[in-house]
Amino acid sequence: MNHLPLIIKREYLTKVKNRSFIIMTFVSPLIMVALIAVVAYLSQLNNDKDRTISVLDETGVLSDVFENTDHTKYIMLTADTNLETAKELVKSKEDFGLLYIEKSSDTSSIYSSVKFFSDESPSLSIMSSLEDKIEKKLGDEKLRRGGVDVKKIEASETNITIAQETFTGEKTSKIDSYLKLAFGGAAGYLLFMFIIIYGNMIMRSVIEEKTSRIIEVIISSVKPIQLMMGKIIGTSLAGITQFAIWTILGSILVFALTAIFGLSMAELQTPQQEIMNQALQNPDMANEMQLAMQSFFNLPLANLVIAFMFFFIGGYLLYSSLYAAVGAAVDNETDTQQFMMPIIMPLILAVYVGIFTVIEDPHGTVSTVFSFIPFTSPVVMLMRIPFGVPIWQQVLSFGILAGTFVFTVWFAAKIYRVGILMYGKKPSYKELYKWIKY
Amino acid sequence: MNNLLVADSVSKNFGEFRALNDVSIAVPKGSIFGLLGPNGAGKTTLIRIINQITMPDTGEVFLDGEPLRPEHIQNIGYLPEERGLYKSMKVGEQALYLAQLKGLTKQEAKKRLKYWFEKLEIGDWWNKKIQELSKGQAQKIQFIVTVLHQPKLLIFDEPFSGFDPINANLIKDEILQLRDEGATVIFSTHRMESVEELCDHIALIHKSNKVLDGKLTDIKRQFKTNTFEVGLQTSAIESVTNAIKEKFEVLPATFRNLNDDVKLNVKLNAQDNSNDLLSFLTSKAEVHHFVEVIPSANDIFIQTVKNN
Repeated sequence: MNHLPLIIKREYLTKVKNRSFIIMTFVSPLIMVALIAVVAYLSQLNNDKDRTISVLDETGVLSDVFENTDHTKYIMLTADTNLETAKELVKSKEDFGLLYIEKSSDTSSIYSSVKFFSDESPSLSIMSSLEDKIEKKLGDEKLRRGGVDVKKIEASETNITIAQETFTGEKTSKIDSYLKLAFGGAAGYLLFMFIIIYGNMIMRSVIEEKTSRIIEVIISSVKPIQLMMGKIIGTSLAGITQFAIWTILGSILVFALTAIFGLSMAELQTPQQEIMNQALQNPDMANEMQLAMQSFFNLPLANLVIAFMFFFIGGYLLYSSLYAAVGAAVDNETDTQQFMMPIIMPLILAVYVGIFTVIEDPHGTVSTVFSFIPFTSPVVMLMRIPFGVPIWQQVLSFGILAGTFVFTVWFAAKIYRVGILMYGKKPSYKELYKWIKY
Repeated sequence: MNNLLVADSVSKNFGEFRALNDVSIAVPKGSIFGLLGPNGAGKTTLIRIINQITMPDTGEVFLDGEPLRPEHIQNIGYLPEERGLYKSMKVGEQALYLAQLKGLTKQEAKKRLKYWFEKLEIGDWWNKKIQELSKGQAQKIQFIVTVLHQPKLLIFDEPFSGFDPINANLIKDEILQLRDEGATVIFSTHRMESVEELCDHIALIHKSNKVLDGKLTDIKRQFKTNTFEVGLQTSAIESVTNAIKEKFEVLPATFRNLNDDVKLNVKLNAQDNSNDLLSFLTSKAEVHHFVEVIPSANDIFIQTVKNN
């Protein structure tokens, strides 16, 4: 008798009909979007603050350096103002601060005699912007004194982009690499999140069956392994539903927000977006965009999608069966800690290897090895694939993963079978080992 | 084939621990079979083996003459001692789910559930969640789910725990009716008065071994000590008592009666029968009370466990 569809259906429906699940599904995207909006709004608020900085330049060299910007106004004080008077003046006007350049005999020693006075200590970005301005001016001054024409130097500055092309004639670019990274990273990270969220959900649902004591009634009707697989599959389907709703809702919300607050969103632009906008106006950059589109279509898309499905499912099943086994081994959630570490460690390792090694060298030894070890391969391989991994490697890696998966499910089912009927014991690893032999 | 269920030399080890040692039982068709034993004796292990939850290391179990197969699950209804239901699931949905796991179609399950819900007067619970019911109410649902698929073999492990006396009685009557309709019942409990009341056969498991087995009446016959409870009315209490003591082995007795002056448990001598004792007694005093002491299931249980 195959009860698997029945069990899957129940697991799916109870998860989906659960009130906190529904709330999570519909409220999370709202919260996320709201959070992003708030953060963007707040950071903008901060930048909006208008500042007035008085400059007392006793040397006279830097008089033309400070130009007013949108939020920062510079007031040049006459060079003969007394420092103390200037301080009083700035304080009484409640200005942001006073930049003081002390008179010095030599232009080359000015750098050591610049001070900034203010009530609150200024932020790093303000200081570095002031420093940049002064450095540039003093540098130019030095060059000029040495008899170098600054204009000529500026004219000599060149910007180069190396056009990349493969031997087969496909055009690539740096954007290409970024895109690959983004794809791989997103896939790997998605899997990681999915395992953590829904693995835990499976574990809790196993524990619930134990604590509500229904388990013995159920397994007098179905094989434990059927129950376990039904749980894993049902929960995954619920997870996929939740992810799909999140994606759709998220897109709708972002779209709606942009439409409604179109103008204000434009003002919220991050620097990157500004660059993008400039890029669109600049014909050279527009070309670059086109290249990006092209590199997107140059990605091994079919391979990516298929591999994503295989490694995602394989990796997820591998880990979720372990979660189910842990749930079966304990009586309540607080006891799960000791067993969680060995599950989460390889996952985190995989993400780190993915982020630090794959980016640096997607086909290096470390990346390659980790993309074969079954507990890290789903994440690492998914990150590597956009950079082009030979099919035989993908197949071999998946083969190892599948083999391990079969073994883990067998192993988890053993623990599950014994564990679900054990109460009141907090099992040790030694105990678990004994259960496998029952 | 008169036995519905036969366990043949079943043994089971958990690591070093031997949970069942060469246990054989035979449960006759249409009987109520009491599976008794102290806590931790191995009853639950045996029941789980019958339910194919655990596999025996050695030995075999036959249902209706066939070695147990996964399909037999449909022919067994099991109410475990550790029982419960999904707390946040609705009564109706849950009952349907569990019935379908036992192989009933949804329509059939619905029809039978309706019948049972009416019979036990719980029709309006369908859309309630289990967590809204009392323990006894949840137990009723559990009972219905156990018997719904009309199994040939019913296994009840402490079925009355959690019920008030009225509902316990109701369930008892349902069990008897199911037996009369042809079901065979394995009944595991520590409440000896219900064993006395319900069981035709018993088996006693102690420390992983079967120590006693058979028809309850046969076992009682086997355990009887030819002792009679005697109540006499006489003015000469001491002389009568001494006269009996001279001839028979005597123990003090306690039973409720109106005005007996002498209360004794008197054991027959090997060559005597009950009439010999009675005529001896009538010659000495006025007999008001004369009953053969039949060992209760409780006595048999305690005696057997202590002796092993």
